[in-house]
Amino acid sequence: MSDSDIVRDFLQESYENLDRLDRELVGLEKNPRDADALASVFRTIHTIKGTCGFLGFDKLEKVAHVGENLLTRLRDGKLLLNPEITTGLLSMVDAVRQMLKEIESTGQDGENTYPELLQTLAGLQESAVAAPPTRPAASKSPSAEKKVQALESKARESAAADTIRVGVNLLDKMMTLVGELVLARNQLLQVSNTSRDAGLQTVSQRMNLIATELQKEVMKTRMQPIGNIWSQFPRTVRDVALSCGKQVNIEMEGKETELDKTIIEAIKDPLTHLVRNSVDHGIELPQDRAKAGKDSAGRLILRAFHEGGQVIIEISDDGAGLNAERIRQKAIERGVITPEQAQKMLDREIFSLIFLPGFSTAQKVTNVSGRGVGMDVVKTNVEKIGGTVDLQSTLGKGTTVRVKIPLTLAIIPALIVTCGGDRYAIPQLSLLELVRLEDTKAVTGIELVHGVPVHRLRGRLLPIVYLRRELRIGDARQANKNEDDAVNIVVLQADGRQFGLVVDAINDTEEIVVKPLRKQLKSIKTFAGASIMGDGKVALILDVVGLAQRASVVSETKEHAEAAKAAEAAASGVQKRSYLLFSGPDDAHMAIPLDTLARLEELPASQVEKTGTRWVAQYRGEILPLVNLGYALLERRTRPRSKEFEEIAKAERYQVLVCNHDGHRAGLVVERIVDIVEDSAEVQYPASREGVLYSAVIQGRVTEMIDVPAILQTAHLESEFHPEHAEVIH
Amino acid sequence: MAERSQFCTFYLDKLLFGVELKGVQEVIRSLEMTHVPLAPEVVGGLNNLRGQIVTAVDLRRRLKLEARAPEIRPMNVVVRSEDGAVSLLVDEIGDVIEVEETTFEAPPETLRGKVREMILGVHKLENNLLHVLDTEKACQMGEAATEIE
Repeated sequence: MSDSDIVRDFLQESYENLDRLDRELVGLEKNPRDADALASVFRTIHTIKGTCGFLGFDKLEKVAHVGENLLTRLRDGKLLLNPEITTGLLSMVDAVRQMLKEIESTGQDGENTYPELLQTLAGLQESAVAAPPTRPAASKSPSAEKKVQALESKARESAAADTIRVGVNLLDKMMTLVGELVLARNQLLQVSNTSRDAGLQTVSQRMNLIATELQKEVMKTRMQPIGNIWSQFPRTVRDVALSCGKQVNIEMEGKETELDKTIIEAIKDPLTHLVRNSVDHGIELPQDRAKAGKDSAGRLILRAFHEGGQVIIEISDDGAGLNAERIRQKAIERGVITPEQAQKMLDREIFSLIFLPGFSTAQKVTNVSGRGVGMDVVKTNVEKIGGTVDLQSTLGKGTTVRVKIPLTLAIIPALIVTCGGDRYAIPQLSLLELVRLEDTKAVTGIELVHGVPVHRLRGRLLPIVYLRRELRIGDARQANKNEDDAVNIVVLQADGRQFGLVVDAINDTEEIVVKPLRKQLKSIKTFAGASIMGDGKVALILDVVGLAQRASVVSETKEHAEAAKAAEAAASGVQKRSYLLFSGPDDAHMAIPLDTLARLEELPASQVEKTGTRWVAQYRGEILPLVNLGYALLERRTRPRSKEFEEIAKAERYQVLVCNHDGHRAGLVVERIVDIVEDSAEVQYPASREGVLYSAVIQGRVTEMIDVPAILQTAHLESEFHPEHAEVIH
Repeated sequence: MAERSQFCTFYLDKLLFGVELKGVQEVIRSLEMTHVPLAPEVVGGLNNLRGQIVTAVDLRRRLKLEARAPEIRPMNVVVRSEDGAVSLLVDEIGDVIEVEETTFEAPPETLRGKVREMILGVHKLENNLLHVLDTEKACQMGEAATEIE
């Protein structure tokens, strides 16, 4: 091992130790009599000091030495840790970190000898606040201490035997190679599918499984628990809280939630900012909290968990919350919105204004935050990695910021489309829905507003962008003239604005490996990268935001749209809700509120089985009871027995609305799912039959609002109490 | 003994060009190319070179020569540049030629246009002239298409 290797190992280990010191010192401040923690802090500093002496970093050794002296007194119970001493020790940690950085870049421990720090530490040591040694046992006999150390190092050794340090670039390289392997596998599968060679097929199947497994494992090597970046937050919170005279307790849930390394790195700064913000602006001063009847110490809760292939990170505080009125005032002052708009905007929309550049609601600027840079940077940084930020707040109760981010950046699900003979990948994250206009609709479905093409999507005008035109491929007028004369619209979302992208054909969704483009091609903002398809050809990945900007969908229309939306919501005076429209028996129009649904599923007949007189489906490893809605709505006495599934038993696929009922899941089988709409469903008539809440006009049609709990309840009761008539299942 | 160096040679519009052999990664017959819309016209497209995405530069366009006849399928000379591998699209591959330093001459003063910018000089072969390509310069693609319209 060469000298530089030793130094590198020393640096690596010391950085980790210092991070641990930060945590332990903050923990110790809360519980100053924790002898074990104190001993551990002492050992860490001692180790650093010892190694520096050995490597000849005198200045660093000196700083560590003074720190150690102070810690000795603490450990021996001659001093009791107080905030001042903690601050002193933390600044020593900072100084050591600074010097390590210096060593890393120059190989020397720098010119700065930190005289002030040394003096402060020495002063603290002399401060004769000698607390009575509450635990004489804390000053263990030397032999006992040695024993503890020996045990400790043994434990560390065994942990070391299970793990090895691997450079990130090696992992990146492995990731690239696995990506290649996956592509080669895809190609192999294509070959073997067209071949009759049984041997080849067996081998390629095996290869398929192994490659998938390998990909998963290699992805795992890049995963790190989010706790790695959270661990510095107790220190951050302590420092900020101390500097603004607040008391804050930090709680963490889901520390072990894992994220790709690149993402961890990318969200570190935004998260730190959010945490600082919460302490500085969110949580009130102790006296104000007492006045409001809250505990004088504020709570800051960090939560991380997985949800639908994404990771959600929440930062909540129980502070003062955002004052919508004040933001309204400020937004008007700044000319961001007009007073009329302000009146019409919902609180939630008002809150989203704080993500605009240069918009800060802090009444005074502190050195921590409130300078008006920040929230917009947080938002941009999170969006850069394909995530979203969203804020909820209740005045007087607190604020929660929700950051949603993808698990990994390297492999993303994407929709593959064709345009001008080449394939393009569209990241699934920005995809909303697909619309296909056929026959006459292909001609009439796209109208012009002063020459600008739009499509009426559920009563709203959706700006239409032709991919051919934007990419200058061939003749733009040919855009909707593909083989079958249909128009394929991919509805996308960019920067909170929707638009429809017309492509020649829609192929499929695929997991793609993202590869960066060469420097010169990067300047084309329309592409986010490239990927290799299963057949070995390269496909470009569309950058939806770049494309929208190119087509000027985003910049010009955004404000208008926001204002119009707000105006609409205010004018109706009714909260709009999303409804799922479907057709029941005899083509009846029916709806249920979307938020009562867990999922929409299309189940193949092979997954639906009859057990006794009940119909069930295998669904995500569970057994899902099914209720035929058409049947359940028939008047009870006219129900033909055992006919529940007869008329639809011939179907190959079932449209199932999965609902949660009474803590259980149940599936409602409907004839056809029509659409999802947003409507206020204002005009209402009383229900005409059981199982229906009321009739309402939705999208200009009289629609029956289905009472899901009632239907499931009835189905449940019938089968419970009349098992012999159990046509309906629960 | 004079310095000798090896060149990988190729033809463009019947002119013989060469790049130093040590800068060449490989020569590939023809690869399936993905067109890059909005890119500068010298960009021939993107290739999949064993999982590595390589940008192809159409040397005919780069040198402002006449466009290649559609029936000629270009060959790829993959060279290592500062910014990773780049594939140069050429008409036809020639031999690997070993030349002596003494046969080298700077481009004649009367040579104008793009070709002059892109070549370092000429090696006088027995019955032909070898144009020595400035690889780094040839690999530069210029700015992406600016917004017209």
